[in-house]
Amino acid sequence: MLIASPNMDDCAGSPRAVSVSGLRKRFGSGPAVFDGLDFSANHREAVAVIGANGTGKSTLMRSLVRLTEVEDGQIDVLGEMVRTLSGSRLRRLRSRVGFVFQKHNLVLRLSALSNVIHGAQARHSGPQAWAQWCAPASLREEAMHCLSKVGLADRAAQRVDSLSGGQSQRVAIARMLMQRPELVIADEPVASLDPKAGAEVMELLFKLTREAGLTLLFVSHHMEHAQTYADRIVGLGNGKVMMDVPSRNAQVHELKDFFLEPAAA
Amino acid sequence: MTTANQPVPPRFAYPGALSFASGVAALAFIIWSFQSSGMSLAQFERGLPALARVFGQMFPPDISDLPRILKSLLTTFQMAVAGVVLGLVLSLPIAILAAEGLSPHPVLRHAARALIALFRTVPDLVWALIFVITVGLGSPAGILTIMVDTIGFAGRFFASAMEETDKGPREALTAIGARPFGIVFSAVLPDAFPSFIATSLFCLEKAVRASVVLGLVGAGGIGVELKVAFDLFEYDVAATIIILIFLLVLCVEQTGAWLRRRIL
Repeated sequence: MLIASPNMDDCAGSPRAVSVSGLRKRFGSGPAVFDGLDFSANHREAVAVIGANGTGKSTLMRSLVRLTEVEDGQIDVLGEMVRTLSGSRLRRLRSRVGFVFQKHNLVLRLSALSNVIHGAQARHSGPQAWAQWCAPASLREEAMHCLSKVGLADRAAQRVDSLSGGQSQRVAIARMLMQRPELVIADEPVASLDPKAGAEVMELLFKLTREAGLTLLFVSHHMEHAQTYADRIVGLGNGKVMMDVPSRNAQVHELKDFFLEPAAA
Repeated sequence: MTTANQPVPPRFAYPGALSFASGVAALAFIIWSFQSSGMSLAQFERGLPALARVFGQMFPPDISDLPRILKSLLTTFQMAVAGVVLGLVLSLPIAILAAEGLSPHPVLRHAARALIALFRTVPDLVWALIFVITVGLGSPAGILTIMVDTIGFAGRFFASAMEETDKGPREALTAIGARPFGIVFSAVLPDAFPSFIATSLFCLEKAVRASVVLGLVGAGGIGVELKVAFDLFEYDVAATIIILIFLLVLCVEQTGAWLRRRIL
């Protein structure tokens, strides 16, 4: 097991953006996905979460905003105890956390602009954020600004089902920006993209979150991405964090070895 | 190869005792049903000359009263349109309440489903009789009947369409703290829209056909004219009405098919 202290230089004195302790989770009668897992991320830090299939990477990300419930443990996200929140307080926390999914999860029949405007539902509850045609000018302009940040302003009126996979994921990132989050979680954001589009999307996600000073947690099977875009790499295995190292100290071949023998890494 | 040692599975599995008994019972019931209905070939043979006589009297169709019949046909169509529009408007909220994963509470979901089931399972002629008794003879009874029939049909299909929408966008909006209403209107309805259009057009086609029959029990429209024509043995007038009904239904179906191709 390789655990190193995370780099706290940039955020000395500030509370952690994410702090998870003693997490336990099991699906049905299968083996434990989490068996007392501890995990944390500092403000403005980029953390890559790696691990073999079934080690609970996505489950961990989803449990941070309670898209998946866990059986035991504490989850503190942006100063809120996630497991005790309900109703409007949970919605308020979720509105502060941007989530980029593997399959972009956009409404395919709507335009890129409408999908980006949906991100404003984190702040507005009325029809103004339901679609581009009923959004006020200020939201439309903000959405166009978000689309231009991901290089798709010229595709604003285009339906999402006519965009490529890489473009769709960039629209999902624009929707996340529209949300104005404090923490960004990306669950295998490039898994369904070809290597070139994947690298572009990862570069964009990293650049935008770094520019805005956001905390970024991302799950990846690309060791090069983990090494390039993360400050810290966390490896999951056997229901626990089996590796926690600064990315500058990690070698790609060592990371790949982690998938073969996580306990020995 | 390991498969060489394995016997090829039989094309058909032998039924178990229960399956065999069920099959025999079903067949016996079908035969009994035919016998009970009193159908016989001789009866058909006796009926054929009468059928030929009726058809003979139908042609040539009498078009002397065409303007009045056309006006009645228009009333029938308007009755169908009004009933369908009212039914569709009411179907949407009921379907949202009935849809798994969208309904705010299980009790509301069961209540909405029960209402839809009630509207769907009671035949439209029965609804027509109820509304004729309650609001009197004429188009209003027909409109209410079509409305209820549409809710029963569209409510079920709207709910299914919404349940089958992609869960991804719903989850994405849930993850950012969107409210349930926002999720329905921005993710579910746009995704289910093609299915809504197809269902709505089928409802209109169904309503046009139904509105003809509703007239027979006094719920307004051209059905009344048809009944009177048959009662007075004016088969040539009835032929005109039947041809016009056929053309109207054909026209609605063709327009519906064209719209489906264009919108979907």
